[in-house]
Amino acid sequence: MPTKRRRKREMLEAAELQSRLRESATFPRAVIAEIQRAARTGIYDIRGFGAKRSVPNFDDLLFLGASMSRYPLEGYRERCDTRVTLGTRYAKKPIELKIPITIAGMSFGALSAPAKEALGRGASIAGTSTTTGDGGMTREEREHSKLLVYQVLPSRYGLNPDDLRRADAIEVVVGQGAKPGGGGMLMGQKISARVAAMRDLPAGIDQRSACRHPDWTGPDDLKIKIQELREITAWEKPIYIKIGAARTYYDTALAVKAGADVIVLDGMQGGSAATQDVFMEHVGIPTLPALRQAVEALQELDMHRKVQLVVSGGIRSGADVAKALAMGADAVSIGVAALIALGDNSPDLEDEYRRLGSSAGYYDDWHEGRDPSGISTQDVALAARFDPVLGGRRLANYLRVLTLETQTLARANGKSHVHNLEPEDLVALTIEAAAMAKVPLAGTDWIPGHSKF
Amino acid sequence: MVHQFDLALGSTRELNHALQMFNGSPEAASWLIKNANGLHNLAVGIDAPLLVDIDGHVGYYCAGMNKYARVTVRGNAGPGVAENMMSGIVRVTGSASQSAGATAHGGLLIIEGNASSRCGISMKGVDIVVHGGVGHMSAFMAQSGRLVVCGDAGDALGDSLYEARIYVRGNVAGLGADCVEKTMKDKHKIELDNLLVEAGVNGADAAEFRRFGSARELYNFNVDNADAY
Repeated sequence: MPTKRRRKREMLEAAELQSRLRESATFPRAVIAEIQRAARTGIYDIRGFGAKRSVPNFDDLLFLGASMSRYPLEGYRERCDTRVTLGTRYAKKPIELKIPITIAGMSFGALSAPAKEALGRGASIAGTSTTTGDGGMTREEREHSKLLVYQVLPSRYGLNPDDLRRADAIEVVVGQGAKPGGGGMLMGQKISARVAAMRDLPAGIDQRSACRHPDWTGPDDLKIKIQELREITAWEKPIYIKIGAARTYYDTALAVKAGADVIVLDGMQGGSAATQDVFMEHVGIPTLPALRQAVEALQELDMHRKVQLVVSGGIRSGADVAKALAMGADAVSIGVAALIALGDNSPDLEDEYRRLGSSAGYYDDWHEGRDPSGISTQDVALAARFDPVLGGRRLANYLRVLTLETQTLARANGKSHVHNLEPEDLVALTIEAAAMAKVPLAGTDWIPGHSKF
Repeated sequence: MVHQFDLALGSTRELNHALQMFNGSPEAASWLIKNANGLHNLAVGIDAPLLVDIDGHVGYYCAGMNKYARVTVRGNAGPGVAENMMSGIVRVTGSASQSAGATAHGGLLIIEGNASSRCGISMKGVDIVVHGGVGHMSAFMAQSGRLVVCGDAGDALGDSLYEARIYVRGNVAGLGADCVEKTMKDKHKIELDNLLVEAGVNGADAAEFRRFGSARELYNFNVDNADAY
């Protein structure tokens, strides 16, 4: 039979099969595959990327825009400012960003050195900051990042006072959205000689970093810890506290009490280089309700805009940025989206993703270190494929698009600064999002839990 | 000449600023700090070979992230003394609270009394010598360096240990996951003798100590070790 006719027949047969067979809602194919994988290997699934489940998010909100009762601003001709200052509470040298979008903490170890360099290049072109990760500060990222936030994590890998003083801001990591309450993981395949040396560990071991800090246990101790960091850096640098979205109202209030200049709030959609799938999918709350709770806590303490709030976890577009700002964030942070801008999951690499048992758009085995894009790897040959200059340019382009989109939406709502966006500009498309974001369901005055329908 | 600073008259910020003015300088200036009175964050972030003598008890994180300086605390120390120290010597004449020498990368921490729990947690190259005993979970996730305990050690010593070496003269209440006793070879006795001399421990013989280290069985995930995780 000629090939063309055979293919057509196969397609018809497959279609006929699908119309006749019924997939279980309880045991769909992905669930069956996971049970089979668990039975085969005896170990939970570790992967990167972030939660894949569907949760209420910024797509469930809409801007009202301007018409009779609100003036819009002219696109291009009337300025819509995007500048943000972080760290005005105590730091002598607050951070000045040109755009309200920063690059989230991602470690050298999880990412290759050229990928870290590209993040610095892209952020610097766009006028924003990038952040180190679990594993210390690399020369590449310091050289290429005009503004670099230095993370202090439970493991303290590579932490030293020289890099602390070289940093532009310091971020004490209490948790991350992908795994609130979980520590870092870096599998042996990625502990190269350089990574091992920076972390004072033997090369090739599976590294599971601690989830609790070694020298403080609660907000009272953390307050003293933050004072120590300020003393070591002469009270110059803004100190951020990063929390995963969990009991956000209280965690935000405690972070203020502990003396944060800036609170970084990471929702459950936030990414990770390596975490148990069960942790990512089942612990923490979405960015949408967490953001509202954090803003409420800040407002009640009269600290909104005094302690700045940076929100991350599932930010993809200027619409997400604008909605987060309208709900009260001072800035947002991106991680997974930044990696995608660099070239992660590119369809150009489809053949190679297939060889790894994945496909472009699905690849999440970042912990294995075999990333064909050269981003989430420590393999020298793979990393050498990645061009940090081109990657940096792509990231800068993406950041500019996010900014332009944010400005477009702000102008449509008549705002001359993106921070002038407010909850009053928003409505919700679903009852869930209305309840979580505390904005009315579109076309009604109804906020579930606060007003009667 | 000995510089003096009285914490009854000046603030912690003023003290640290005065000490940090020497950062990057090779000058081995001497400092006497009076009326420490349990204050936190004293003598942190020094990056110079200063001789700093602190009269009285200190609070949290004394001599944190120290580089090159020789800091003596004449009293007890609160949590996290010499945390993340890079080099130099920190000596506490009394006892130390929890997390002494946490994550420290280098230098020598001497505690002439006892140290509480989590002594040497996540240590990354520092040497710690405790004349007395240490509390539970000491050397938890210790990565490198040496912890010497002249007295007894509490529960779960060396839990999830990496490559740090632990020497204990007294009783060990219990070992943590993946921590095992190892044989004392001559090279270990020599390094221990040197540490005891450096730390001014009198009347202790390296032969009285036992050595503990990592069994290295948890280094790579193995489902058969699931009970240990």
